[in-house]
Amino acid sequence: MIPHSATARPYGRARSSSGPIAMADFLQRIAERGDVEAFRKLFQAYAPRVKSYMMRQGADPNTAEELAQETLLTVWRKAGLYSGEKGSATTWIFTIARNLRIDRLRRELSWVPLPDGHDEEPSADALPDELLSEQERKVRVQAALASLPADQYEVVSLSYVEGLSHSEIAERLGLPLGTVKSRMRLAYHKIRESVEDLR
Amino acid sequence: MKINHHPGPESLLSCSAGSMPGAFAAVMAAHISLCPCCRKDLGMLDQVGTALFDALEPTTVTRPAPIIGLRADEAGPDELALLESARGDVPAPLAAVIGNSLDSIAWRRVGPGVWQHQIELAESNRGELRLIKVAAGQALPEHGHNGSEITLVLRGSYRDATGEYRAGDVADLCDENEHSPIADPVEGCICLIATDGRLKFKSRIARMVQPLIGL
Repeated sequence: MIPHSATARPYGRARSSSGPIAMADFLQRIAERGDVEAFRKLFQAYAPRVKSYMMRQGADPNTAEELAQETLLTVWRKAGLYSGEKGSATTWIFTIARNLRIDRLRRELSWVPLPDGHDEEPSADALPDELLSEQERKVRVQAALASLPADQYEVVSLSYVEGLSHSEIAERLGLPLGTVKSRMRLAYHKIRESVEDLR
Repeated sequence: MKINHHPGPESLLSCSAGSMPGAFAAVMAAHISLCPCCRKDLGMLDQVGTALFDALEPTTVTRPAPIIGLRADEAGPDELALLESARGDVPAPLAAVIGNSLDSIAWRRVGPGVWQHQIELAESNRGELRLIKVAAGQALPEHGHNGSEITLVLRGSYRDATGEYRAGDVADLCDENEHSPIADPVEGCICLIATDGRLKFKSRIARMVQPLIGL
């Protein structure tokens, strides 16, 4: 257990060197023509972070690597379900990794489906201004997250990065369950406020 | 479907993080499949997860991309059929565990005007998941909770001190809440409920019958 790591905020580093639009393009190439080169690029961009994610969720390095491989294989198989309107390629890959973690590390059913765009009205590919507002939303969410008070940031990070439930967080931090929930609610409202005008 | 009662943001957040106990995640997924507004919120919260995921220090992957395992015919949509929303009054995510119709549930009577159907999940799933059917106009004894409880109305409605809950509505309760729900006088009510602690009934009689009726 790394009790203090949850409050570290390693932001502000651009990670995907090829950019979000290139990543979405790779997904589309996989969906349309099973493009192996596009897959290789996505693998290089994402597998190392999926491996880190699985390790933070409690997997040993070997298992984490297997789960990273499996996450990317799922990306290959489901690329046709990706819709740029529903979020960035990174968001979509994050949700695949998350569901795989629930399934394999928790051995529970992963109930919440991947974002799929099926309740949006049918439209052509994401328009440039949609991609722009998607990018804007991402920047705002990051900024809102980075400006949260430490106690709120901590419960959010423990949820996402370490995969702890409300009561597990309460236990870890020695807090009443109600306090954990109210910190999360406060964090949610601040983040939501920051993107309110883009909704 | 007009939805008036939504889960708390802390439940949506935990759901987006994939850190909700299985039984609770089931109720959340069922509600989310019916509620465009919560789907939108979940989308925003997934971006929170993405930001945290993006900020992780990468770990070197020792094996190469599994190119050899790829089959061209696998790429493309394979699960679109699963994404259809509600069939009748069973929300899509539940169809796999309770079937397509609430009319073919095997109910077990647990008290006057109250039936339940325990949903069997693999043992590793945390929390209890069950369907409860309450006869028209029937009141449940006033109770509180040792842990959390989350309820989704699937058919009919019920009312308690906090308002009326109709199909699609969620009551997201924790240990300080006490309530005494009464089912709709005409339609009764069928709910999906996840709990992680036993219900605490206020009256002594209700506490005595609790072990008998399995609530």
